[in-house]
Amino acid sequence: MSASSTSDPAVNRAVELDGPSPTDEFVKGLWRENPVFVTVLGMCPTLAVSNSAKNALAMGLATTVVLAMSGATISAVRKWVPSEVRIATFILIIASFVTAVEYALQAFSLELHKALGAFIALIVVNCQILGRAEAFASKNRVVPSLMDGLGTGAGFTFALLCLGGVREVLGNGTLFGADLFSERFQPWVIFILPSGGFFTLAAWLLFFNFLRKRAQERRTAALPVGSGAR
Amino acid sequence: MNAPAPPPAAPPVAAWPMFRAMVGIGLIGGLLIVTAFELTFEKIEKNKAEALQRAIFHVLPGATTSQPYRLADGDRFERLQGGAQVSKGGDRLVYAGFDASGALVGLAIEAQGMGYQDTIRVLYGYSPGAGAIVGMEVLESKETPGLGDKIIVDPGFLKNFERLAVVLDAAGTALEHAIVAVKHGEKRDPWQVDGITGATVSSKAVANLLDASVRTWAPKIVPRQADFQAGSESEVKP
Repeated sequence: MSASSTSDPAVNRAVELDGPSPTDEFVKGLWRENPVFVTVLGMCPTLAVSNSAKNALAMGLATTVVLAMSGATISAVRKWVPSEVRIATFILIIASFVTAVEYALQAFSLELHKALGAFIALIVVNCQILGRAEAFASKNRVVPSLMDGLGTGAGFTFALLCLGGVREVLGNGTLFGADLFSERFQPWVIFILPSGGFFTLAAWLLFFNFLRKRAQERRTAALPVGSGAR
Repeated sequence: MNAPAPPPAAPPVAAWPMFRAMVGIGLIGGLLIVTAFELTFEKIEKNKAEALQRAIFHVLPGATTSQPYRLADGDRFERLQGGAQVSKGGDRLVYAGFDASGALVGLAIEAQGMGYQDTIRVLYGYSPGAGAIVGMEVLESKETPGLGDKIIVDPGFLKNFERLAVVLDAAGTALEHAIVAVKHGEKRDPWQVDGITGATVSSKAVANLLDASVRTWAPKIVPRQADFQAGSESEVKP
């Protein structure tokens, strides 16, 4: 994460965006600013726990809860937090929610908690959460911040499922634990290993960038010159 | 090199708002964590006890009831009330499993040792009658996904523990043969553990932690088998 865009944080924090609707904030995180495929943030858990679809789903949902709750809380207290201590305060808030989520997960299923290991606790240092706190929640009202967190979380979950699904099918011959192939399928264990995570991520990034580029070209072709398609 | 020009003095920052924000948020965060802990504590303890209870019947095939025992005074086993409980403090617990006729099937014992990444914690079933380990389940491990974590599921590896010989020497105080892991396919003796290709360190870790645990427990259990009697009212059925 880089420093905020202007030298005077007070100016930054005073900007209260009044544009897009909460639904837009949700959809944005899911697709246009997908945390994995577009902004490529939070790669550590993405690569580490996407070795099966179930782990990916659990990790995605846990991160979503933390994103949404911490986003809403940070937005609610943003006017009382001096900018000098904002990062420390955000981390405090995020860490509290992560701890709560960890307890909830253990109560829900010890097996799942066992499978995700240290990565649940490490949600605290997932840079996309602090990123959304700094870039969005600290400058916006509670409802848009909540939607932004939910959207980013949904995008993260979607991306993890894309990775986890492929890796589990190719690396283990199963999906959500259900056997897909007969005995004759020899799993490509490499897809469950860390290197397989990189391969799968690269393939998905290629695919999504291809889609994005094509959509962009179509938009440029459809619009008159100079109308500023991004 | 000349000293750089001193930076322009920063405007003084009021300490009170910062203090207020940090302490306030800290308190709210603490409250949140305590609430979550309180709300989930019972469920988590229940989950842990259930997982342990399931594991007990899993590592002692044929057992229909189980009963925890505590090693008292270093040489005698004392019956405890209640079902499986997560070992607390210095208490060293074993779980006796009895079959339908009330005969001792074996004892489920927790053991742990260093694996490739972190501590591996297992529960194994030891049958003093058969002189063998009769089952093993990994309770906790952070071994490499896809390689080391095969110790949890690999059928070939788990087959080792359906009957792994624990032979005491003539004096009954030490093991005649250490439990060792060997390369996959090279198992010759009933006290050897057939390792997993690609998970050598994890296979060896399991063999070593079982060896260490059996060395401590078997000489204590074998002469005191009479301590374990079925028929208590606090037995737990699966």
